[in-house]
Amino acid sequence: MIVDELEKKLRPPEMGLAPYPAKVITLASGEKMVCREVSREEAGVLLETIFPLIGVPDDFYDIVAVRMYSEILGWYRYRVANEFVIVGAIDGEIAGIVTSRCVDEKVGMSLHTLTIKRGLRVGAQLFAAKMEHHLEFLNQEEVWIVAESPIGFRRWMIEYGLENAYDRYPETHHELGGVPTYVLTKEIYNRVRDEKVTGVRPVPPELLATAECLRVPKEYPQLQRYRRGGQKRRGS
Amino acid sequence: MRKVGIVGIGHTVFGNLSEFDLVDIMSFASADALDDADIRKERKIIDQVFVANVGAGLLNHQTAIASSLVSRIDLEPAMAETVENGPASGASALKCGYTAIASGMADVVMVTGGEVMRAVTGWKATDFVATLLHPEAEYNYGLTLPAFAAMFTRLYMERYGLTEEELAMVAVKDHDNGIKNPYAHVPYTCTLEGIYGSPDANVVNNLIADPLRLYNMCPVSDGAASLVLCALDSAKMKHFKKKPPILIQGIGAATDTHCIHHRKDPLELKAVALSAERAYKMAGLGPKDISFAELHDAFVILELAISEEVGFFKKGRAREAVVQGLTRIDGKLPINTSGGLKAKGHPLGATGVSQVFELVKQLRGEAEEGRQVGNPKHGMAVNFGGFGNNVVTTICSKE
Repeated sequence: MIVDELEKKLRPPEMGLAPYPAKVITLASGEKMVCREVSREEAGVLLETIFPLIGVPDDFYDIVAVRMYSEILGWYRYRVANEFVIVGAIDGEIAGIVTSRCVDEKVGMSLHTLTIKRGLRVGAQLFAAKMEHHLEFLNQEEVWIVAESPIGFRRWMIEYGLENAYDRYPETHHELGGVPTYVLTKEIYNRVRDEKVTGVRPVPPELLATAECLRVPKEYPQLQRYRRGGQKRRGS
Repeated sequence: MRKVGIVGIGHTVFGNLSEFDLVDIMSFASADALDDADIRKERKIIDQVFVANVGAGLLNHQTAIASSLVSRIDLEPAMAETVENGPASGASALKCGYTAIASGMADVVMVTGGEVMRAVTGWKATDFVATLLHPEAEYNYGLTLPAFAAMFTRLYMERYGLTEEELAMVAVKDHDNGIKNPYAHVPYTCTLEGIYGSPDANVVNNLIADPLRLYNMCPVSDGAASLVLCALDSAKMKHFKKKPPILIQGIGAATDTHCIHHRKDPLELKAVALSAERAYKMAGLGPKDISFAELHDAFVILELAISEEVGFFKKGRAREAVVQGLTRIDGKLPINTSGGLKAKGHPLGATGVSQVFELVKQLRGEAEEGRQVGNPKHGMAVNFGGFGNNVVTTICSKE
């Protein structure tokens, strides 16, 4: 495809990232979640999936969704450098999305984790997959991480035992800004890997085929507001 | 003593309701109970209100909950008290309500239990629950309820040969029921492969307190449940024609040592056995008469241990019943038809009331499709306080 000269100047230089090999995770429900990297051509279905959550304030879905939307749009239009996106899909339906990018060859920068199918730790598995990509397949030395919700802070900063890099500011500063940056070093990763990272490779071809064509979720548990006496869920 | 019937029931969804005020949540369940009893307009016939709650002072910075609830739902000048008895508060409040009516002090009583625990982090909630332990001999050494349950489970495994797979089977059975319960906190299916058999099970069902894993314990929940009781010989029964009353046939309570290390055998839950014995005696029934039961499975091991203490199975044999499917919804003796605390959730003060709510639903034949027990006659609920140091057993029957 011919790219306009001015457009070329607007695009960031790319490092050329190693691919993330797909894996399958058996969830507590027994469902098989295929976890794979997505290509730019699939950005449309991701944006469509994220969009309804932009209006959900509970558990900070709004800020995570709106930022992830812009990250994927920016990636699609070549405005973010060295970004990758991984999805978790159950029978092709998107259960969760993670975004991340590389600052340079040694440092990764975790962007966002969005869970659509809740209650099965889909987000935790996808976050772990993102870290696995940075530290095992891209062979980086550390990943910078921030959290925007208490759930994120609990799952990443506390459960992984991340290193607070506040005293390394401004050299170590996550571009999402705001809160202090935490760091997942290789040493910490190796310590928690067996408790956090799971999944089986290679994915059987017939299972991988189910995740080839991604679909927007049929239901968003985040959009079912609490109703007194369970009336909403009783009728649904 | 006068016969007491349950004539109205109400329940909120259990889950994370921390965006609501505690008394709001209790009001929702209470208003639903008034509607179910068909006395919203005539609600002033309620003589007395008992409110079950444990943590309002510590977690929500609020006290005098009973006064607040009565005012919120316009029940003044009814008598009102809050009952705090740890995780058994709900059934204790019901027992107070029963006693008030049976003694003749009241004709119509409302019992509402509620809790908002997710206003604080999970660690703070765990610490809050641990305050029911002995402050010097247990709490100060860092003991928590999950820690006790883990030690209890380990000992049970060593003595009776219980396996992790069998424990997982209890959770799967509870979730099978919970997914059909519109009030359940964790209405998700879990499978034996997902939480035990698959290569990923160690991560998706991670260890919390060895040997207990995530799916071996209940969630921290918010929620409320409510019951309206009436003396069957009262003139006020004329107001309750919409649905037949469910009889409170027996209530028994008992205590055991506060410190667990003072018990000769930590696996013996004497208060459970004695409370059940008292309830059976009052009801004139025995274990074989019970059609289904709600047992306090804050940790799934307790479902097994309690079912043995109340006489459903011999010691160490409940695990066989689970493997054989006897406690499934279609089994000979369905246990935790609501999903139990494991899948439905465990808002401390609400739990005991919620268990009896489930007994009433089942006995009325109103449980949702797929979790209705076939023609039940007598249901039992065991509400377990502390680590078995204060237990209340309730038996309800069709009149």
